[in-house]
Amino acid sequence: MADEANPAPGPESLAPPGIGAAPPGPGVAPPGIGELHRALGLSDDEAASIEGILGRAPNHLELAMYAVMWSEHCSYKSSGVHLRRLPSKAPHVLVGPGENAGVIDAGDGVAVALRIESHNHPSAIEPHQGAATGVGGILRDIFTMGARPIALMDSLRMGPIQDPHSKWVFEGVVSGISGYGNAVGVPTVGGEVVFDPCYAGNPLVNVMCVGVLPTSRLVLSAASGVGNLAMLLGSLTGRDGIGGVSVLASAAFGAQAGDGQPASAMGEAESKRPSVQVGDPYEEKRLIEACLDLYDRGLVVGIQDLGGAGITCATCETASRGGMGMDVNVAAVPRREPHMAPFEVMTSESQERMLAIVRPEHLSALRKVCQRWDVRATEIGRVTEGGRLRILEGWQGEVLADVPAASLADDGPLYHRPLAPPADLATRRSDDPSTLPPPIDCGADLCAMLADPSWVYHQYDHQLFLNTVIGPGDDAAVLRLAAPGLAPTGKGLALTTDGNARWCALDPRRGTAMVVAEATLNVACVGARPAALVDCLNFGNPEHPEVMWQLSEAIDGMAEACHALGLPVVGGNVSLYNESAGHDIDATPVVGVVGLIEHLTRPPPGARLVEGATLLVLGGTGRPSLAGSRWAAQVHGHRGGTLAPVDLEVHRALLALVAGLVGSADPRMVLGVHDVSDGGLGVALAEMALRSGVGCRVSGVPSHVELFAESPSRVVVCTGLPEAVGAAGDAAGVSWALLGTAGGGSIVVEGLLDLPLEAALSAWRGAIPNEMAPDVRS
Amino acid sequence: MTARIGVIVFPGSNCEHDVVAALERLGGQAELVWHKETSLADVDAVVLPGGFAHGDYLRPGALARFSPVMDAVRAFAEAGGPTIGICNGFQVLTEAGLLPGALQKNRGLRFICSTVAVRVESARTVLGGALGTVLQLPINHFEGNYTCDPETLAGLRAEEQVVLRYVDNPNGSTDDIAGICNRRRNVVGLMPHPERACDPLCGSVDGAVLLRSLLNC
Repeated sequence: MADEANPAPGPESLAPPGIGAAPPGPGVAPPGIGELHRALGLSDDEAASIEGILGRAPNHLELAMYAVMWSEHCSYKSSGVHLRRLPSKAPHVLVGPGENAGVIDAGDGVAVALRIESHNHPSAIEPHQGAATGVGGILRDIFTMGARPIALMDSLRMGPIQDPHSKWVFEGVVSGISGYGNAVGVPTVGGEVVFDPCYAGNPLVNVMCVGVLPTSRLVLSAASGVGNLAMLLGSLTGRDGIGGVSVLASAAFGAQAGDGQPASAMGEAESKRPSVQVGDPYEEKRLIEACLDLYDRGLVVGIQDLGGAGITCATCETASRGGMGMDVNVAAVPRREPHMAPFEVMTSESQERMLAIVRPEHLSALRKVCQRWDVRATEIGRVTEGGRLRILEGWQGEVLADVPAASLADDGPLYHRPLAPPADLATRRSDDPSTLPPPIDCGADLCAMLADPSWVYHQYDHQLFLNTVIGPGDDAAVLRLAAPGLAPTGKGLALTTDGNARWCALDPRRGTAMVVAEATLNVACVGARPAALVDCLNFGNPEHPEVMWQLSEAIDGMAEACHALGLPVVGGNVSLYNESAGHDIDATPVVGVVGLIEHLTRPPPGARLVEGATLLVLGGTGRPSLAGSRWAAQVHGHRGGTLAPVDLEVHRALLALVAGLVGSADPRMVLGVHDVSDGGLGVALAEMALRSGVGCRVSGVPSHVELFAESPSRVVVCTGLPEAVGAAGDAAGVSWALLGTAGGGSIVVEGLLDLPLEAALSAWRGAIPNEMAPDVRS
Repeated sequence: MTARIGVIVFPGSNCEHDVVAALERLGGQAELVWHKETSLADVDAVVLPGGFAHGDYLRPGALARFSPVMDAVRAFAEAGGPTIGICNGFQVLTEAGLLPGALQKNRGLRFICSTVAVRVESARTVLGGALGTVLQLPINHFEGNYTCDPETLAGLRAEEQVVLRYVDNPNGSTDDIAGICNRRRNVVGLMPHPERACDPLCGSVDGAVLLRSLLNC
């Protein structure tokens, strides 16, 4: 489960007021219950509902359990009423939203599990561990489903790279992903990194994971069978991460980072650092292997990972999904430190733990498997009839809590929070960047927008499992659809993550539709058909009506695009309260799209140029617009205008056309291909040239507007068969235009720029490393 | 006869399936050997694969050398059996004293995953390759910076024990060393991953020449 997005309990921990680091003994007199529920983040109405459900006042432990389960993270109480509008059904969807991960049928008895999640707040405070545990959490969501995780993707958004604090966060986040992902043995095959001032105090770390499984091994998280055992697998339970969902994910940061103050000087952030969990990839690696072994032997009835809200979440959700109850012996939970109070054990977010539901007759077989992998396995619960979740101190001991399991898991509040467009929206939209002064030197402006992300991905193992056909840095990663223990399929998977806050700040609805369009076009560029989408909705404070308006609009834009493109949304994550010093981040919905390639027989061409080939642009008929463009924001700090519309019908035709051309039997059909997005046609051409070391000469681009516009649904194709590509475009009803030819040592756009490749290469390669701590290799 | 290769699996190893897949692709027969085994049964060669044996805690390879299977690996190697350590396996072999020297953190203090050019400096080992050829091989390590004392280095040079050298040293390794062998030439450790370069769909196929010679030795 996500470790994000709990609404506003404030900086207090889950400990009842008056109880700090010292463990509460049984005799500690609590303050009034009325103060307690507010300190835990529950409103008076929510507390009254709990009392209604129980028919009595809840005790402290019960209140702590409701507080975590009714948090935004578990209950989606601000976003839930809107998320329902997303389309989630399709014939190939085996598991949609609501489980730990979405699962789609890839044919031939093979299924693909996918999910994306944020770990924004922990990464802001302790970048290395915050990002590392983000990786660990998303992996567990995937292998919980019975899948072997085969790929990670990271979508990072940081403050300006020149800012010392943002550098520190960036370096730590990348090292955390590298340290955990590499050691746990799952390749990181792609992602994106964006630097923008709106993330200076609140960086975004979104991680997507994809796994594969034999369809027959699909495991769900329901507890069934009275008398079955709930086994806690993996790490000891400690005080790390207590209040993670509330202390971190809820609180907007008060101090402004990135204003010259290093984070360590921010007393508030510093004080929250102990709430960040600490990851152990070695424990997770053994847990993965042990769980996959257990599934193959048919030893578990259901299983769920422990993330946000810890044992409370795992026990009540498994029981509720199975329509059962559960007795949990809190005294049996193995602990990392002595004197932990029951509420600490029940809400700890210690990492690398799973809850498996097991038949009693399988217990010794389970222990044997766990022993082989040195994974701790402890019976902490028993499935019961009647739907009650009871927390006991010893199997025959005192009943510490007794609540309906389903009321924790499913009966959380849902709010229709007020929505309102930002007051300055009309002004910003009418402020068109076409009135900005044109570039003095288009080549210099282009160079300023180039950044080779290899500094990041060279720190990630992106080749493990021998599946990586196209690794990081291209439009989409391409993997063979394969995994150890799975028969070869001959198919391929395409993976991409995309987001664009500049577009969404101007128009969250159209901007999000454009983000979906771009992601689907990225997978089409490697010859894949988009098959499923997962979303990570990163927004500001939902108590601000304009943030709720952004969220609602973004969901509508995503729903429109996914409906029109026939793309199911199979899972997602909502991260709210991304706010620092009173400033919400720009709306940043990030999507992860998985595409399928039926016959992967040769590597797709990728974004490159081949000497002497012809360049065409497919798609894009509308008037070009610089609204929301990288050029306007980066060169002029201008973030206004009205986004060009997306024609989703044309886009759908373009997707099929591009995937078909890339998969054509004749490899001369597409020698290179790249979608036009961030930085427009100029950056697209430059990236193709830089990747291949081949220049180009292009004409018919009248001005910088056409060069840098980010209007949607456009693809540059480098082809040896221009007539055939044109004819295919005509047949598909997709417009196209001749751009020029590939070749030479410069990027030439007649009348606008003539940029030697070496100059562009030096700008592109140096953009990130030149800002970071020196690596003596370079 | 098809060569049978034992691939040692420590908890935390992660390249074992890749090594098996690459060897089988080249016509060999490979089987996984769990680190708690005390015998290698009837294998013709042993590979210690990449990964993070025992989490690389303390130091890469420092705990793995105490795994029960290492007594059998040592006996096999000392009897002249072909023994290869790839990446983490190389680290384990140095910790176990089967190869001289040590692998410390990369000079740039960052993990490196990349494909690099490596020159074959000796063809007279169980890992073969034509002398002087340059291979494109993936590297994937944080601790790949080979180091040893001057006497050991002089010995390695004199006995032609440097098997592979980086063309453009990526990690600060002494004398550009990417792989070495023991004096008897039957134990080889290398940081690059030949198993990652055996399938044209995934890029270079230059690793196949090395693994093929292991199957034929």
